[in-house]
Amino acid sequence: MSSFARTDTSLLGRWWWTVDRWTLLSLIALMGFGAVLMLAASPAAAERIGLQSFQLASRQIVLLPVAAALLIAMSLATPRWVRRIACFGLLGSIALLCLTLVAGAEIKGATRWISLGGFSLQPSEFAKPCFAVVSAWLFSLEREESGVPGAKIAVGLWLVMISLLLLQPDLGQAVLVSAIWGAQLFLAGLPLAWIAGLAVLGAGGIVAAYFALPHVTERINSFLDPAAGDRYQINRSLEAFVNGGLLGRGPGEGTVKAQLPDAHSDFIFAVAGEEMGLIACLIILGLFAFVVLRGFARLMGENSFFVLLAASGLLVQFGLQAFINMASTLHLMPTKGMTLPFLSYGGSSLMALALGMGMLLALTRRRVGGGAR
Amino acid sequence: MIRRFITRQLRQPLPPARPESDPYARALPKGDLSGGRPAVVRVDGATKQALETGRTRLLVAAVSFTLAFTLIGWRLVDLGLMADQHEPSLARSLSSDALETGRADIVDRNGIVLATTMPTASLYANTQHIRNPQRAAERLAEALPDLSPAHLRAKLASGRSFVWLQRNLTPRQQDRVNRLGIPGLYFQREQRRFYPHGALLPHVVGFTDVDNQGLAGIEQSFDDVLRASAKPLQLSIDLRVQHVLAQELAGAMTEFRAIGAAGVVMDARSGEVLAMVSLPTYDPEKPAAAPADARFNRASLGIYEMGSVFKLFTTAMALDEGIVDLNDGYDVRQPIRVARFTIRDYHPKNRWLSIPEILMYSSNIGTVHMAMDAGTPRQKEFLGRLGLLQPAGVELSEVGQPLVPSPWREINTMTISYGHGLAVSPLQLTSAVAAMINGGTEARATLLKQDPAGAGKGRRVVAAATSEKMRRLMRLVVVKGTGRKANTAGYVVGGKTGTADKPSGGGYARNSRIASFVGAFPMDDPRYVVFAMVDEPKPTKETFGYATGGWVAAPIAGRLIERIGPLLGVAPRGDDNELIEQMLVDIETNAEGRQLASN
Repeated sequence: MSSFARTDTSLLGRWWWTVDRWTLLSLIALMGFGAVLMLAASPAAAERIGLQSFQLASRQIVLLPVAAALLIAMSLATPRWVRRIACFGLLGSIALLCLTLVAGAEIKGATRWISLGGFSLQPSEFAKPCFAVVSAWLFSLEREESGVPGAKIAVGLWLVMISLLLLQPDLGQAVLVSAIWGAQLFLAGLPLAWIAGLAVLGAGGIVAAYFALPHVTERINSFLDPAAGDRYQINRSLEAFVNGGLLGRGPGEGTVKAQLPDAHSDFIFAVAGEEMGLIACLIILGLFAFVVLRGFARLMGENSFFVLLAASGLLVQFGLQAFINMASTLHLMPTKGMTLPFLSYGGSSLMALALGMGMLLALTRRRVGGGAR
Repeated sequence: MIRRFITRQLRQPLPPARPESDPYARALPKGDLSGGRPAVVRVDGATKQALETGRTRLLVAAVSFTLAFTLIGWRLVDLGLMADQHEPSLARSLSSDALETGRADIVDRNGIVLATTMPTASLYANTQHIRNPQRAAERLAEALPDLSPAHLRAKLASGRSFVWLQRNLTPRQQDRVNRLGIPGLYFQREQRRFYPHGALLPHVVGFTDVDNQGLAGIEQSFDDVLRASAKPLQLSIDLRVQHVLAQELAGAMTEFRAIGAAGVVMDARSGEVLAMVSLPTYDPEKPAAAPADARFNRASLGIYEMGSVFKLFTTAMALDEGIVDLNDGYDVRQPIRVARFTIRDYHPKNRWLSIPEILMYSSNIGTVHMAMDAGTPRQKEFLGRLGLLQPAGVELSEVGQPLVPSPWREINTMTISYGHGLAVSPLQLTSAVAAMINGGTEARATLLKQDPAGAGKGRRVVAAATSEKMRRLMRLVVVKGTGRKANTAGYVVGGKTGTADKPSGGGYARNSRIASFVGAFPMDDPRYVVFAMVDEPKPTKETFGYATGGWVAAPIAGRLIERIGPLLGVAPRGDDNELIEQMLVDIETNAEGRQLASN
């Protein structure tokens, strides 16, 4: 592994010795799984929408090295640069989110996409990691009593974000952004009574959504009551795991991808379960858990409040997104369209996650005085 | 409000900073080493406290994630390893093969598969992708020897983008073609109908074309039902009885060098057809190779003048209408002359015969007298009631229209009374006999298994008393009359033979006839009606030159009943049972008494 001498003080040399190589390796491994699954799952989807069999797969696989490069490039940055990039990124994302409301392409009843020179871009994906870092900065400013009303700005920022997301409407992303923000509040030391209060408010928000938004009502009903609503997708998905068994039916041998329209995106984990089996699924799960828990463990020794909040915000985003996707695929919660990090099809999601995880790697690099380890 | 609160909470006063708070931090050089801080490094007490809280709560977050991921892992293991026991409905409910085949099975009354659908592969070519048609044709002909290389070459060189080469390959053939590795050859997944019992019952089940469209039999009449359902269609047929009937008929056909044969076994109460055979038969998987005569269903589509078996109906009519009773009779010494015909008896008795004797000796003259006493309208009405003037109501499209005389003159009444001048199908005849002996209720022929609860609830066609008398008369014919060869120890068989010259040109052929027997068993409580018919039997030495119903068809019924009685669970009766004696009619005393009276 040591292709750089310990005494090498060049940019890359320092990077090599300070970056969390195990996390980096895990992320690259997840991308590898993503490439294999994309080859298996996307031809069916591509043929369904009238493209060449491997058009979607090649599109995604071409993006993987770019994403890896972005990941590594981001991880070279210092925390200050991470903060700056996040600030600009957030401003840009908010601008684009506003733009989707006027110029977005409507897909499946929501305007989440914006066409940008031949690519379609989902600004909300990029907004998530940038928001996590920026709100962490604002909380740390508040804590340091620097005279900047950080918390007030953070609250305002959160309100802007969820308003924009709910206008699309994209309830899933709004919930995720709120969860990241809530987790940061919690870590920033908000008294527990108020944490509980906010949790009640959050639950109330979900209840309100259940009554106010028909598609949320339907999904929650069909989760709670097997007889109500359309259970086609979730039944196919569960069948896929059962069919796969311990070792899977073999790459390409699955059937769920032909039956589920979202097999290459939201239900990619079911394809993994059917074709690669339980062991591979547990390895994927293990990789996600490893990245999140190792990240938290590394932060235990962190001395910078900003780094602690920003990195944990990013980890919560990554971990929660993985959890929500896998849990809905496994029918542990109502289905919620959310990508499985690095495995699901989607260029915006992939690049935004590479950006976010790159920031994480940058923040958790060992710095003089930064951390105990 | 929330905003103000959060701001206040986060700014809560923290414990006073301790001077010795962080010597390590103080030792740090100046500069931007961590983000978001003022230029001066200051890990003071407040920040330290915040970090402590953050770290503690980080642990809570980590534990939450650990639990969440553990839950996912548990669910994965649960589904991947143990789902077979926990949630079988999920795995099996929707992925059954039955849904994929698109045509339901046909099964017999005991669930034995008579017709089923299996997936096969059909070979076609996109000839634009075939590089060397000559070479490809040669190699393909080696793999599929049924196909001629020249024929294949012509197809492969046609330049068409789709051309069938061979439909419905066996898995072995498909493997051989695959091994050739010729580009441009493709398989189309198809379904093919299979008939495991082959030529045993094609006239019942029918067959389908290459696109699985029902073309004959049940396959045709229930085409929509079979397509729409995955549930097997259950017939009234009992495959075992079908086999015995087919075997016995085939034996007789060979023995008497006949051109055909037909037979029916019917449940007397419900009208369910347990067996229906028409010979010669054919392989339903290769219907095109069969001659039209083999595909012709003699049992339901063929109509025949049945001859003397019709005397049963004439007798029943006379009894049911109260024209005669069993003790009455007719003088049969004089042949009946009508217009240019003379009606004679086959075995002239030249004396007065009682009603049972008329049937027993099969006297044409006596039967004509009964019909004439009843008259044309009553005969017509009675035969209509028994369903002999309309096509059988069975679930097949191969149903023969009876040949009813029009106008129906007196001469027709006379000839129909002994089975000439009215042609009906064996199925119609069997149904009519069933109704006559089951207590007198209609037994509509059906090929579908019926609910036993519904049996015997049909329309009444003859009085119960008439039915009871007919049972005894039929038993008499088998014990003492022309049907003796149908008698089978223990099964109390009753019946009537028939021998009819086949119509030929304007008149009747002397040496081509239909030999038939219709019977039922056990006559004390009739459960099953059997009908056997041989088309154009030739006399043999063993039958002393006879080819009549009594010599040809009655033995078939006898052997048939002997074999199917146990299969159908009919308990044999003792031979000298009182019951059997009761079934007979005391003809001797009657005859003697009447003879004395007439003398």
